[in-house]
Amino acid sequence: MFKILEKEVFSPIIKLMVVEAPKVAKSCQAGQFIILRIHEEGERIPLTIADFDRERGTITIVFQEVGKTTVQLGRMEAGDYIKDFVGPLGEATHIEKLGNVLVVGGGVGVAPVHPIARALKEAGNHVIGIIGSRTKDLLFWEDKMRAACSELLVTTDDGSYVRKGFVTDVMKEVIEAKGKENIPLCIAIGPQPMMRACSNLTKEYGIKTIVSLNALMVDGTGMCGCCRVSVGGETKFVCVDGPDFDAHQVDWLELGRRGAYFRAEENKATEHHTCKCGGGK
Amino acid sequence: MTDTPKAKKEIKPTKNPMPAQDPLVRARNFSEVATGYTKEMAVDEAKRCMQCKKEPCRQGCPVEVYIPQFIKLVAEGNFPGAVAKLKEKNALPAVCGRVCPQEAQCEKYCTLGKKYEPVGIGRIERFCADWELNSGVTIPEVAPSTGFKVAVVGSGPAGLTCAADLAKLGHKVTVFEALHVAGGVLMYGIPEFRLPKAVVQAEVENLKKLGVEIEVNSVVGKFSTVDELMEEGGFDAVFIGTGAGLPYFMKIPGENLCGVYSANEFLTRTNLMKAYKFPDWDTPIKIGKKVAVLGGGNVAMDGARTALRLGADESWIVYRRSENELPARHEEVEHAHEEGVKFALLTSPVEIVADENGWVKGMKCIKYELGEPDASGRRSPVAIPGSEYVMDVDTVVVAIGQGPNPLVPRTTKGLECNKKGNIVADPATGATSKPGVYAGGDVVTGAATVILAMGAGKVGARSINEYLNSKKA
Ligand SMILES: Cc1cc2nc3c(=O)[nH]c(=O)nc-3n(C[C@H](O)[C@H](O)[C@H](O)COP(=O)(O)OP(=O)(O)OC[C@H]3O[C@@H](n4cnc5c(N)ncnc54)[C@H](O)[C@@H]3O)c2cc1C
Ligand SMILES: Cc1cc2nc3c(=O)[nH]c(=O)nc-3n(C[C@H](O)[C@H](O)[C@H](O)COP(=O)(O)OP(=O)(O)OC[C@H]3O[C@@H](n4cnc5c(N)ncnc54)[C@H](O)[C@@H]3O)c2cc1C
Ligand code: SF4
Ligand code: SF4
Ligand code: FES
Repeated sequence: MFKILEKEVFSPIIKLMVVEAPKVAKSCQAGQFIILRIHEEGERIPLTIADFDRERGTITIVFQEVGKTTVQLGRMEAGDYIKDFVGPLGEATHIEKLGNVLVVGGGVGVAPVHPIARALKEAGNHVIGIIGSRTKDLLFWEDKMRAACSELLVTTDDGSYVRKGFVTDVMKEVIEAKGKENIPLCIAIGPQPMMRACSNLTKEYGIKTIVSLNALMVDGTGMCGCCRVSVGGETKFVCVDGPDFDAHQVDWLELGRRGAYFRAEENKATEHHTCKCGGGK
Repeated sequence: MTDTPKAKKEIKPTKNPMPAQDPLVRARNFSEVATGYTKEMAVDEAKRCMQCKKEPCRQGCPVEVYIPQFIKLVAEGNFPGAVAKLKEKNALPAVCGRVCPQEAQCEKYCTLGKKYEPVGIGRIERFCADWELNSGVTIPEVAPSTGFKVAVVGSGPAGLTCAADLAKLGHKVTVFEALHVAGGVLMYGIPEFRLPKAVVQAEVENLKKLGVEIEVNSVVGKFSTVDELMEEGGFDAVFIGTGAGLPYFMKIPGENLCGVYSANEFLTRTNLMKAYKFPDWDTPIKIGKKVAVLGGGNVAMDGARTALRLGADESWIVYRRSENELPARHEEVEHAHEEGVKFALLTSPVEIVADENGWVKGMKCIKYELGEPDASGRRSPVAIPGSEYVMDVDTVVVAIGQGPNPLVPRTTKGLECNKKGNIVADPATGATSKPGVYAGGDVVTGAATVILAMGAGKVGARSINEYLNSKKA
């Protein structure tokens, strides 16, 4: 059992938890993820490691409530226990000194991108952070990102904070201002449509781009093949070969389709759950 | 004197049949198919055994269970004695009695089988084990602590057996398991209707009573490498029993479409995650009306029979060779037929076809005929030109085999593997190229059987014990 030590509510649907998991904290690196299961009947869901504290033996997760498990997790409080919590899984993000690196986080993707920005900066890069959300209330960790990056730009889709525009609008301005030849790498994490848009943009400029793919998963150890995705025409398992991949090689259409395969069942699970607990406790 | 059946006593020519649920009822539920012998049946079956002096049956058993001896005790009604005798060689009789391919092992060599049906050795074995589980298991004595610590990686039959033997010898054993429950394929692969999960967990509980610690949610190579376990974790030796969990695909077009599962995913969702109880359990599975399962082994049979239970109208086995070559246990093939699984034999898929949304809507296949015998003596199938046709299916389960998961080999310094990625280990000792590190089970042999994995676990335990004793000196 894994104890929730702290909980922070960023918005009604975005929450942070600090979980006691010393085995994971000991060896995890930026870019890796965990899989958790709340209770005996629960599903195994993957969440990225947003932060870690090796001394305290803790892992920080930030999640958006999108379905049954994340909603149930969101109802749990500090002091509660999560039944299973396994990690670190996946390969760590490759960190090297390249110069200017564009690090983009969209929506809840700000959390997973944070330790990567920090590691890149520690490796001596000039990290240009861009974070964005649909609206001001959904934005979090501006302060942490500011500390992790060399410079930080913020945007909201609806213009309720700082400026109006998508992260891709800001990216374009930065690339034009700095010159595409001066930006050897971009890392973009967020909802699939956002990562795909970033990928399309950087492809035009020829800037190498890494994305963290969120395929459906079961075991997370390379055993089931549920997470397979075509990258550069080859089948890869996101949980062990990734989650980071070259965005320009990813078959986004296939990824999107496979991710939606259980949509009808997911809705049914949420309904079933809502009925059972009378609409929310 | 030869051990041929003689007329000195009347021998029943056939085995006592295994009581089972009605095929058409069970094809739609997840309860165990074979319900097990009663005491009377077990004793009666045991009395068919002629107590052959040469014990040919034992040669067929990879762990050399004292077959005539335990059967004699059953015939005498001495069930505790029979269990004790069984367990001298086999730590998981409740599992083996159910899933061993007896027709290719112990029962194949049974003298009675020359003229009649062989003694139902597996069925009697299962009866004994179930009798023990129902009447309270006696935990064997554990030797005084030796002070040595051993890490076992993977909790399949190889790891569990190795851990049990080492614990009995007084070593402190910790089993690290990647998933959230122990048992390996016995939990995630083999379906509930063939091997109830409660039976497996009862065995795991017995192991804990021997003092073995089981750390689930622990992926070795991730939270810690084998080297770190030995250098920082204080483990004096390591046994690797990580199995063959990496699913192979056919590498034909369309394999990443929606509606194509590896057998591992299909069975893991169903067994480990209990998708058949969805939505009371959270993990979903989607199953169409017509399911094709590619392959002809136990895994394929389990997939096809599971598909029916999940509500498919039609479930097909699609296999390249003919019925005679099906590598699955005989009983599973028979059960599959009885339950209504259909067989497209001498048939192989060449492409999976999609609808406009990227979901499976058919599978293009080609027919085969049997050609000349190959090196293995099997007549190898040859494609018939122009025989392509499209099978009308909406779900495809790929069950063509598994390889070893590369995680541990890739992260362990100096661990030798072969071209297929299997760990190289001496079959007689389980020793790998790395001092203090032993391996056994599917990770060494490639996908095999429960009993062979257990045998390898036993060998590993014996060698580790010798290794530790030599360290002491
Ligand atoms: C490597 C990895 C890291 C991730 N990190 C984070 C994270 O840090 N924070 C976070 O909020 N989410 C993260 N996700 C997504 C998260 O796993 C899903 O949101 C979660 O599994 C949904 O479960 P549910 O039961 O709440 O919703 P469900 O009812 O199962 O699904 C609701 C919706 O979410 C989609 N969905 C379901 N599973 C996934 C999935 N694995 N990935 C993407 N979408 C999914 C469904 O298609 C559906 O639209 C990550 C996914 C992966 C693969
Ligand atoms: C569907 C199916 C049906 C079968 N039916 C039969 C049958 O009827 N009869 C029969 O005799 N055999 C059958 N088999 C084969 C049999 O189950 C295997 O040969 C046997 O389980 C192998 O045992 P093992 O201990 O080597 O590995 P496994 O049972 O595969 O166990 C390996 C364990 O190691 C864990 N692991 C892997 N990597 C790591 C890591 N890095 N860190 C920690 N843990 C790790 C895995 O999660 C797993 O739990 C079947 C197999 C399948 C898949
Ligand atoms: S362990 Fe398997 S092969 Fe050996 S006697 Fe029992 S059923 Fe037969
Ligand atoms: S099981 Fe068969 S081979 Fe073995 S002793 Fe009995 S009759 Fe003989
Ligand atoms: S989640 Fe099972 S192989 Fe990746």
